[in-house]
Amino acid sequence: MDGVLIGSVYGLAAMGLTLIWGVMNVVNLTHGAAIVAGMFALYLLTSGIDMPPYAALPLILVGGFLIGVALYWIAVHRMIGRPPLMILLSTFSVNLVVIGLGTAVWGTGLFNVAVALPGVTWRRYTFSGTHILAAVLTAIIAGSLYLFLYHTRLGKAVRAVANNREAAELVGIPTTRVLSLSFGLGVALAGAAGMLIATMFPFTVLSGDAYQLKSFVVTALGGLGNPAGALVGGVALGLVEGFAAQFMPVSWTLVIEFVLFVVVLIIFPRGVFAFKRS
Amino acid sequence: MRKLYLLAAGAMLIATPAFAADDTLTIGMTLSQTGSLNIDSLAQQRGAELWRDEVNDAGGIKVGDKHYKVRFVTYDDQSQGARVQQLYTRLIVQDKAQFLFGPYSSGLCATAAVITEQYGRLMLITGGAEPKTYTLGNKYLVQVLSSADHYLTGAINALKTKSPHAKVAFVYSDDPFSKAVVLAAREQAKAGGLTIVLDEAYAPSTTDFGPIINKIIASSAEALLGGGHYTDGATLARQIYDQKANLKYVSLLVAPDSPEFASLGPAAFGITVPSQWEIQATYKPQFGPTGAEFVKAFEAKFKAPPDYHSATGYAGGALLQHAIEQAGSIDADKVVAALNAMDVTTFFGHFKIATDAAHHGLQIGHEMVLAQWQKKNGQLQREVVWPKAAQTADLLYPLH
Amino acid sequence: MKTDNTGSMPGDRRAPMLRRPFFWIIALVIVAFAIVPAVGNNVELRESLLLATVYITLASNLNLMLGYAGYINFGSIVFFGLGGYISVYLISAEGWPLAAAEFAAGAAVSLLALFFGLGILRLRGAFFALATIGINEGVEAFVSNFEPWGGSAGLYLSTTIFAPLGGPMRALWIIYFLLVAVMGASLYLSYAVKTSKFGLGLMAIGQNEDAAGVLGVPAPLYKAIAYSLSAFLPALAGGLYFFKGAFIQPPDAFDLSLSTEAMVIVMLGGRGTITGAAIGAYLYEELRGFLLTSQSFSNFQLVISGVLLLVIVLFVPGGLMGWIYGRWPRVKQVLE
Repeated sequence: MDGVLIGSVYGLAAMGLTLIWGVMNVVNLTHGAAIVAGMFALYLLTSGIDMPPYAALPLILVGGFLIGVALYWIAVHRMIGRPPLMILLSTFSVNLVVIGLGTAVWGTGLFNVAVALPGVTWRRYTFSGTHILAAVLTAIIAGSLYLFLYHTRLGKAVRAVANNREAAELVGIPTTRVLSLSFGLGVALAGAAGMLIATMFPFTVLSGDAYQLKSFVVTALGGLGNPAGALVGGVALGLVEGFAAQFMPVSWTLVIEFVLFVVVLIIFPRGVFAFKRS
Repeated sequence: MRKLYLLAAGAMLIATPAFAADDTLTIGMTLSQTGSLNIDSLAQQRGAELWRDEVNDAGGIKVGDKHYKVRFVTYDDQSQGARVQQLYTRLIVQDKAQFLFGPYSSGLCATAAVITEQYGRLMLITGGAEPKTYTLGNKYLVQVLSSADHYLTGAINALKTKSPHAKVAFVYSDDPFSKAVVLAAREQAKAGGLTIVLDEAYAPSTTDFGPIINKIIASSAEALLGGGHYTDGATLARQIYDQKANLKYVSLLVAPDSPEFASLGPAAFGITVPSQWEIQATYKPQFGPTGAEFVKAFEAKFKAPPDYHSATGYAGGALLQHAIEQAGSIDADKVVAALNAMDVTTFFGHFKIATDAAHHGLQIGHEMVLAQWQKKNGQLQREVVWPKAAQTADLLYPLH
Repeated sequence: MKTDNTGSMPGDRRAPMLRRPFFWIIALVIVAFAIVPAVGNNVELRESLLLATVYITLASNLNLMLGYAGYINFGSIVFFGLGGYISVYLISAEGWPLAAAEFAAGAAVSLLALFFGLGILRLRGAFFALATIGINEGVEAFVSNFEPWGGSAGLYLSTTIFAPLGGPMRALWIIYFLLVAVMGASLYLSYAVKTSKFGLGLMAIGQNEDAAGVLGVPAPLYKAIAYSLSAFLPALAGGLYFFKGAFIQPPDAFDLSLSTEAMVIVMLGGRGTITGAAIGAYLYEELRGFLLTSQSFSNFQLVISGVLLLVIVLFVPGGLMGWIYGRWPRVKQVLE
């Protein structure tokens, strides 16, 4: 059941992607870079100033949010209303810049953040403490996001903009501010997911691509623009990875994953776990 | 369009000063300065650079009554095959490299070999263990390190002394090198009486080994053999530790041989690694430095201990120098002939290559050792545990 | 001839092919590519131009989907990689001659693209873009496990494989000329499509797919044909490219970054223009080559590409040709 623990973190990453998609119809290709930034933020905070690993999470959330808002104004704002291709390319180019800088500064070697947490052993299987805590933190962040979206004025504004931007504008919602806020949130979620992944697995500057692809798969499963679906999709992906490995060589699970991805996109473009959006 | 193109072509011609002074020997190579192979490639490069500087400080390579200073020309291949051929062509044609060192990793070496063969330039392979490249009829390719067939032989023999019928899991990266290693090791394990309970390849980009580790636990394996390159191997080691896979013996390729492996902390403890060379190795060199001299010079220059990639990098240079001096010429055919005839020992170990047409250039002399991460005065460090003759410490078995 | 008006369409589309200036411009480019490195046996220039021909082929074919029909194909490299695999396999394992293997690869990949296309072309916008990534990654994962093609270890060709072409020295020249031919065919294909009714239909789809449907453009069929058509020449280029390398391995064959580079190129040159895709590819290849081989920039090549692309997207969305058309509208009558 390790798959559920890790899958929930995939879900958290995908939530960031899907939130941005839902609100502004933008596929954010800086997503992978944001995940990597979260990983390296954790590495720098723990190795540089000896911060306890999990204390870095709030900092990364806030920092990710600010960077996300800045990114919105730099690369996305001018693109709203242009063909979707342009926005893909502008976020892709920011991704290139971030990864390029990362490669120049840190190289592409492996980084590891050692987190000492006792695991839980059940029969012969051990669940490592970092995985359990990562899943718990994911649940907390996802819960807060839900409370924010459904029980605050600002959250309602975000949902209103997602539903119909023009209408929201007409009733006096400052849509541009909402858009930048959502982009910031999306990047913050990706950064937090990156940080949690970094507590579980070693990582490199180039790790972002793989997790970005996983986020796409998760998003397709959960439905584009649907944060709750993303979490369920993430867990589902974790389970698929775990189960498929029982019956076939592990290297085939990737094939299964992508076949699933394409088939799901074609058959259920709204997502398998797409709940009705309010 | 055409004008622009001619302009650009003209600019290129002007911008490329072709120079190769008579008393300079130019050696070309590509390095993986970026991309996934960057750690191993850097180590190899440092070894080669140390050799270059030592040779030049000593007055250069002596050929007849001439002394050649060594100059390196290097480009970044980004750890990808796409530009390797362009860059090697550039090294030969534009930079006038007389000799070449191979890039890091078997795949890139195979790609580069097409170009070097075409121009009849000697290329010494110091970072590609896959044996298949040598069965393709290449004439100017020489392998310095042991080929993949021999990587796990020592690990299997050492395991047999502790547990003659151990249950073994092979878990390895799905890349040319690791597959070639396991292909040979599988047969050696079977012939040695070990039981293979799991045989599993994973994608080189794998980060989550959870499902594989569950399979290892379910198979009740006592020993794990496999791994791949640095990134996946280190990740695997960490998760074996995190998820307590109950293994008594773990031998991983390449990754644990890097000094960075110690950053895994307790997860590194007890892991063994087949190694082309270790700091403690005490071969009696027929020329060049002893192991201790090499380590000392390397640490003085780079402030870090060398790993085997650095040793192969240096050994490649030393062997080339010896062959050139033996041949008394920098003509590629004569130097290849000298290498064909060589049967020597350096600080890196024995060197002898196959000379039949079907395997030309394949390394058949060099032997590998098995090293293990052990604790000494509270510090993690590698000790040679196999073969018995080269041992610096006893094998820790079982792990926990 | 002062301004561009619809009466005199660029290059006058109704004139016979041979009397249009753009036809001859393409021919000149092809001849230049073939002759310049051959004069003086400039092998270093050839290697650099060889990558440019590959980029131009990929970019012009991507342009069919991206520039004309407005569909973002992140996975266009899958055609290149599969073409490479099929032809290298047929040559090494089945002993086919190069030409036969090439065309088999091209045909097989086009058919496969038609099959994939009928499935995923039902998707629009970002959904389609994501699905193309899925296809590329799925095919790569499959090939990595497909033992007849060497799995993840890939396929190696012996250097003796070049013997029928007169040894490696000559073979590499022949392969280069063939790649130039494939590049030329790509340019002509782009041109022919652009000036045809079929091309007009694609452009209409790119403007507004629903409206195009109402106007009687059979959108699903046109898209599937364009998708399949855009697979054929990249497959040939892949076959030649990996035959030259004598080695093919999944990460090289299905390198997603090459797909994205092709998109960068199309944007750089100007979406939907043939000249733009070609010049974009050429400039991009020279730039990357320069950045890669200059010691001071080698570490920052990704950053530079990224900043360059961002600036183009933000401030010059029409790309090079868009900018040129804007300044000198008359150019539009000669260059497509």
